[in-house]
Amino acid sequence: MRIELEKRAKVSTLFSILSPFIAFLLTIIFGGIMFALLGKNPVMALYSFFVEPLSEVWSLHELAIKAAPLILIAVGLSVCFRSNNWNIGAEGQFIMGAIAGSILPVVLYDWQSPLVLPLMMLMGMLGGALFAAIPAFLKAHMNTNEILTSLMLVYVAQLFLDWLVRGPWRNPGGMNFPETRTFAVDAILPEMIASGRTHWGFAFAIIAAVLVWFMMRYTLKGFEISVLGQSERAGRFAGFSSRRMIWFSMLLSGAFAGLAGISEVSGAIQQLRPVISPGYGFTAIIVAFLGRLNPLGIVAAGLVLALTYLGGEAAQLSIGVSEKVTRVFQGLLLFFVLSCDTLIHYRIKLVFDRLTATNSEGSR
Amino acid sequence: MKKLLLVLASSAAAIGFATGASAQEKAKICFVYVGAKTDGGWTQAHDIGRQELETALADKIETQYLESVPEGPDAERAIERLARSGCGLIFTTSFGFMDATIKIAQKFPDVKFEHATGYKTAPNVATYNSRFYEGRYIQGQIAAKMSQKGVAGYIASFPIPEVVMGINAFVIGARSVNPDFKIKVVWANTWFDPGKEADAAKALVDQGVDILTQHTDTTAPMQVAAERGIKAFGQASDMIKAGPETQLTAIVDTWGAYYIKRTQAFLDGKWETTSSWDGLKDGILTMAPYTNMPDDVKKLAEETEAKIKSGELKPFTGPLKKQDGSEWLAAGAASDDGTLLGMNFYVEGVDDQLPK
Repeated sequence: MRIELEKRAKVSTLFSILSPFIAFLLTIIFGGIMFALLGKNPVMALYSFFVEPLSEVWSLHELAIKAAPLILIAVGLSVCFRSNNWNIGAEGQFIMGAIAGSILPVVLYDWQSPLVLPLMMLMGMLGGALFAAIPAFLKAHMNTNEILTSLMLVYVAQLFLDWLVRGPWRNPGGMNFPETRTFAVDAILPEMIASGRTHWGFAFAIIAAVLVWFMMRYTLKGFEISVLGQSERAGRFAGFSSRRMIWFSMLLSGAFAGLAGISEVSGAIQQLRPVISPGYGFTAIIVAFLGRLNPLGIVAAGLVLALTYLGGEAAQLSIGVSEKVTRVFQGLLLFFVLSCDTLIHYRIKLVFDRLTATNSEGSR
Repeated sequence: MKKLLLVLASSAAAIGFATGASAQEKAKICFVYVGAKTDGGWTQAHDIGRQELETALADKIETQYLESVPEGPDAERAIERLARSGCGLIFTTSFGFMDATIKIAQKFPDVKFEHATGYKTAPNVATYNSRFYEGRYIQGQIAAKMSQKGVAGYIASFPIPEVVMGINAFVIGARSVNPDFKIKVVWANTWFDPGKEADAAKALVDQGVDILTQHTDTTAPMQVAAERGIKAFGQASDMIKAGPETQLTAIVDTWGAYYIKRTQAFLDGKWETTSSWDGLKDGILTMAPYTNMPDDVKKLAEETEAKIKSGELKPFTGPLKKQDGSEWLAAGAASDDGTLLGMNFYVEGVDDQLPK
């Protein structure tokens, strides 16, 4: 006996819409069981996980700060994934964007002007895009697998940053600690509203999501992305170039990741350190798929994932569970979302022996 | 769905109020950890200190902690969360939490903060550190007695003053016994990475050292030393279990005494900002039992420990030369704390270039 997934003839529209909510409900039920097994009050645990972080203004700001890089990177990645280009190296592009954008406040720290900040943002985008250009070039002209090249370049970026902050860019007044000088006021991304720490990086993320959503839905470029992603051959008949699409999608996602990098460094950290990202570039891949590669869905997915981080901290304090529980919870959520989606498109079939398998093959 | 959430929320809020009321009588003392509380090294030592504090003042306080908090914006949020949840005194236990601690302290002037190993203070931010180098001096003396080849290996983390200070103290201690003693240094560029630490240990053993010491957090180097049949020193926690026949002694961080002292001051309303730098005599670090060595070496180590405690012996006392042979301290002159805290040069006997 074995289990097979059989494609459904018709996908239910109702359940496509309901699926994320079912997944969320299942996560809550199984999360509650997990807390009960740990000897904690499940109601209280779920409250501190999902409600407490949303009940205070400062905490909402923290949510926005945490979600901003995830959303911005994931929106860029969605264009890549939709067009069948698998950029796994957003983490590296994030770091290179942060480095390129930091040239002004670290090397030319004396120059202070209102121009500094916009230039930093532009250089950040450029840095990310140029770093993404390497796997783009290799794929477009050498037919290299972009999953491997983009992933391996992440380590190059991480080590380059590490070398910079320990070597040439080390803060001369920092007692030999591996970090750059802190940015001057002109180089710090300001807070959006007075009530908390949310900086303009969150606005960038939302604007990017809306722009990409508009592009995908209403422009020829968006159509081109979908067509080339679904069938390269069909795209060629329509006169679209898959090579140009490699360049477009990789550069766009690189630029978004770079902008996320420099926004994070300028708005939240305000200096370069050996490690500036707790894996945003990789988590964003999850966010992109949780949001079903739809820019507006990605905004929601980014906020939900950020909420689980904040909720994990709140739960550590209020009910005393380990921070590892946060990871388990994120895992549960992702598992249920993916399995619900799978079950919408496929149905599970138990195959008992070869004979019936051939029969069903024949009857199809 | 909405109704369900509402029910959940209100029932949970009720529970929340109940615990909030009982908590009001006790002061809340909170901790932020950079690692997991069971890391076997740095963070575990802090958590043991927290438990000692909780036992000692059980009727007056309760403690809370957040573990595995990454440095950077996440640290700021974690510290702010603790400040908002009613913590009166917050210990932040990693160097990288320094700027985050200062920022949040400005926002919460009524909350007191203590930051480990940093150098920035404020009216409501104190710093505390431990004179680990005193233990390193003792280790150096033991190494010089025990080594056949006169060369020890040193697995270092980052070229920051605290680590350079430890290397120098080890060499000065060793040279007080054997003036020709040398050490080789490998920079692992990490505090916590068993793989890298083990590689560094193997590289050093291959280069012919017969004593290992480390300024990183895991027991991996101790295990390599045990496999290769040489002796080693433990770090941050007693690592005797990783090398029952290998560990000579270990520098054990014992923060509990400090946590109790400062919390008591806080409860009495006498808390003031300080830059505390305690040593062996204050009990903020202790030496693990001297094992796997002959009695005369053990006796020397115990004598040195007693002299450091009484203040008779200060490890950084002249005559001392820098690595390049130039004079640093004249005979009998002791270094001031400021020089130590900004230390970025080697003393004579270190076979390594300080990464620039």
